[in-house]
Amino acid sequence: MNGDTKKKSTPYTVPIGPVHPALKEPVMFTFQMEGEVVRSVDFAPGNTHRGIEWMGMRRNPVQIVHLTDRICGICGVVHSLSFARAVEQIAEIEVPPRADYIRTILHELERMQSHLLWAGVAAHELGFDSLLFLAWRVREQSMDLIENLTGNRVNYGIVQIGGVRRDISDEQRPIIEQGLSYYRGLLDQMKTVFLDDSTIRMRCRGHGLLSYRDAQILCAVGPTARASGVAMDVRHDYPYCAYGDLNVQPVIPPQEFGGPQGDVYDRIIVRLLEIAQSIDIIQQCMDNMPAGEILWEKKYPKLLSVLKKAQGEAIGRVEAPRGECMHYVRMDGNDAPATWKVKASSYSNLMSWIPMIKGEQLADIPIIVASIDPCMSCTDRVTVIREGSAANLTKEELTRLSREKTRRLSQC
Amino acid sequence: MVRLPMVTELLMQLFKNPATNAFPARYLPPSVTKFLYNVAQGKAAINPPVTVPPRFRGKITYDRESCIGCQLCMRVCPAHAIEFLPSTKRVRIYVTQCIFCSQCNDICPKDCLHMSPEFLLATENRFADSQIVE
Repeated sequence: MNGDTKKKSTPYTVPIGPVHPALKEPVMFTFQMEGEVVRSVDFAPGNTHRGIEWMGMRRNPVQIVHLTDRICGICGVVHSLSFARAVEQIAEIEVPPRADYIRTILHELERMQSHLLWAGVAAHELGFDSLLFLAWRVREQSMDLIENLTGNRVNYGIVQIGGVRRDISDEQRPIIEQGLSYYRGLLDQMKTVFLDDSTIRMRCRGHGLLSYRDAQILCAVGPTARASGVAMDVRHDYPYCAYGDLNVQPVIPPQEFGGPQGDVYDRIIVRLLEIAQSIDIIQQCMDNMPAGEILWEKKYPKLLSVLKKAQGEAIGRVEAPRGECMHYVRMDGNDAPATWKVKASSYSNLMSWIPMIKGEQLADIPIIVASIDPCMSCTDRVTVIREGSAANLTKEELTRLSREKTRRLSQC
Repeated sequence: MVRLPMVTELLMQLFKNPATNAFPARYLPPSVTKFLYNVAQGKAAINPPVTVPPRFRGKITYDRESCIGCQLCMRVCPAHAIEFLPSTKRVRIYVTQCIFCSQCNDICPKDCLHMSPEFLLATENRFADSQIVE
């Protein structure tokens, strides 16, 4: 048969996205299907680029720290903390111990609400909407706690360069204790509802497999890597804030659930166990919280002048609910940083979709895609626009551009 | 064996109060705009929203008299929402641009900027009187 006969042959190409009801955020998928089974998959992110780094390079670090809150709606503390830690290293600012503890408490509260949000989304992707509403009702308590401590439900604005902007008062301590005991009482029920359920087990056990080796090769981070048995956690490997004083171990699916197998079910286990871990960490912080200042420098004009003089480069690393988040900042003695680069955790995790989805059925795609808790708004940092249209660059073109830039710079 | 632990939880839900606070009306009115118009006329009452937390950051308030026009607030505003008026040596704040970080409150040497608990700010005109503080 020659090409002009219109007979279609396998594999069929099924495009999904960039905007699609099954996807929470824009990303373009191209599936090569053979019947119901996915043979291969490709994806193209880059549709939610907002130019936040560009905005940042025209502002001083005290302004940027509140821009970072807006990179992601869920992990506000993560991005601002990671940026603040990078700037603190450059300007050699020492954060008071009490501020470190408050940062840790908020960081863990955020992890709890993010994991509960994910649990709800995962249930929704399975078509289990009553569980979605249960998970999100339970999540409200952590949102209320965050609201009480910071003043707002999202975009907390709590982290400042050199500390935090609000103290935890003695009146707020019983509220936190109450919230923690609420979750302690609910955790067993959540585990039963999620892990004992036949529907969830049927849909998740053995689906979306990511082997230990693939997780390492593709540099997966966070719960995605830990569910595949990779024992990595920035809080343990490279302690920051108060984590050095606390007992934090990477959560890996325990033997009672069959050990790490790297499927969607394991990712649910890891996230549920991390909620328990977060409760424990907040309790430890509450018990050992030192007294003292919460800001390195209370007078903002002085802080601004110190930051203006700062020179150097640094990376701030933080374990976000989705995995490791990194902010690279270079300052050269100006008001605004010379470079600011954000590497969100989802950026490292997206590639693990390819081995996960291969060989699965079309109907399993939503839950597998959701299982790494992708956050496209965090990830999309670059959009290439050339002569008015978005274009993909090949490796050769990139090399050529890089060489041209070197030549251009060496000439001037 | 099929295990559905959620079923008991769902049955218990039947006897619990809804967690949602019905705002602005307890039951969906036929027309929300008409209902809000009636509220403005004093003919209907809204079901109150959830109370704001302590030190909530709502619409900014500005004490024009004690301001000295030092422009420090403009240096820390991430959203460039504050404009300096050279003729009067005072500032003007565009609420539609404000991101409610309250950093200007912290830096103000005369303590003339504060955050109020007001949060129902939506309008159709971004330059409406309610959206500009000066």
